[in-house]
Amino acid sequence: MPQIDVPLSRAGFGQTQRADNWWVQPLVVFLGLSAFIAYSTWAALQGQHFRFGPYLSPFYSPELFGPAQGWFGPSPNWMPVWVTGAMLILWAPGGFRVTCYYYRGAYYKAFWADPPSCTVGEPRKTYLGERSFPLILQNVHRYFLYLALVFLIILARDVWDAFWFDGRFGIGVGTLVLLTNLALLSSYTLGCHSLRHLVGGLRDRLAGAPARKRVYDCVSCLNGRHMLFAWCSLFSVAFSDLYVRMCSMGIWTDWRIV
Amino acid sequence: MATATFRIWRGEKGQGKLQDFPTEVSAGMVVLDAVHQIQAEQAGDLAVRWNCKAGKCGSCSAEINGMPKLMCMTRLNTLPLDRPVTVEPMKAFPHLKDLVTDVSWNYAVKKRIPKFQPRQPDAPDGTWRIAQEDVERVQEFRKCIECYLCQDVCHVLRDHHMHEQFIGPRFLVYAAALEMHPLDVGDRVEALRKEFGIGLCNITKCCTKVCPENITITDNAIIPLKERVVDRFFDPLSKLFRVFSNSKR
Repeated sequence: MPQIDVPLSRAGFGQTQRADNWWVQPLVVFLGLSAFIAYSTWAALQGQHFRFGPYLSPFYSPELFGPAQGWFGPSPNWMPVWVTGAMLILWAPGGFRVTCYYYRGAYYKAFWADPPSCTVGEPRKTYLGERSFPLILQNVHRYFLYLALVFLIILARDVWDAFWFDGRFGIGVGTLVLLTNLALLSSYTLGCHSLRHLVGGLRDRLAGAPARKRVYDCVSCLNGRHMLFAWCSLFSVAFSDLYVRMCSMGIWTDWRIV
Repeated sequence: MATATFRIWRGEKGQGKLQDFPTEVSAGMVVLDAVHQIQAEQAGDLAVRWNCKAGKCGSCSAEINGMPKLMCMTRLNTLPLDRPVTVEPMKAFPHLKDLVTDVSWNYAVKKRIPKFQPRQPDAPDGTWRIAQEDVERVQEFRKCIECYLCQDVCHVLRDHHMHEQFIGPRFLVYAAALEMHPLDVGDRVEALRKEFGIGLCNITKCCTKVCPENITITDNAIIPLKERVVDRFFDPLSKLFRVFSNSKR
């Protein structure tokens, strides 16, 4: 690669000529992601109040082990008692978000100041990027995508179950909360950059494949709002858990609409 | 007429300082107008590179209030004029004089990217057929005016000075325009990873933010190229698929 002979100057940490409030966006991202991590960790450690009537918190879905509705029956004896259902599954959607192209750019800025914001000086002189360990592991993103797609199907089943109250069709506020959450999670997951690549981006020619072209256009459309859906779905998934939890604890009342 | 102060970098070869120039401003002016006015009235030796004054030649790239912008496309009514407007040269390239930098590194980088290699002609008369929908995807990249604002804002070049390992967003867009072209059969994926350093991009999207042509650099060029690198080097399923489908790419 060509070299540059004249030495360039390097800005100090936080140094910039920017006149705007450049620190607001990384601060909001830092606070937003920190709040989600704190709440989801707390909720995952609880191990209770994740079901209310036909509602199941997305943090605990699928319920792999449980006395009544666990996929594989009661918890096995070898499993430590402090391991909750959420701990067994949250690594998959968590991994999807951690390796997501949008979140990567956001948390590199907000948590690692690499850079703190555009044209703002950085705290470190060395830089490895995503070509070396550990960040080279971000390339596993598409495998988390496959898992996230499976989770969407499971959550769709949960929404279906949320329409049935003791065997009779009905709609509660909780049904709408879980339905909205599914819609936002779907919009986020189906707008994934890796999915966009896999459904059509890997090809230079889509003209002879109209179905593939249509799917590629749909994913591209969602991809254009990936940041919006990333935040909305992050909020909705936490709120869905909170709603089920509050109802289960008797603090909130789940109003029936139908 | 109102008066605004422009704090302009004066000096040569990286040595210099910011100097204040109060000047009269009026409705419709852009930063380049003000700089020309200062050049005409107060600092005849002020060095500034410009050409079209229409946002199409990419010559007047500078940093206005710390953000890379074209001086000719930055209207004064978009800036807070109650405080000095700083105008500095781009930081990612060697400084020459005042607002002028040496961007020739970019020309050398461009020469290293494998050129367009069309497939065999589709018709006996030596012509090709391309579907409009296939060429639309790379059409966006052709809007680039090579102002190098994206190179300037990229922290890999600007702060870490990794010019020898990373070609920068401009040339990732250029590589994407070739690599995704429906006629092109060239293969740049290995070079993108090893020689051109695409793994150094950490997706801050600053390049997209400053592009005066509104090219969606990160989402439409860099990430799709990163995904092609993943296909080739990091995805065992994709590798397996290539083995069974006997595909070389």
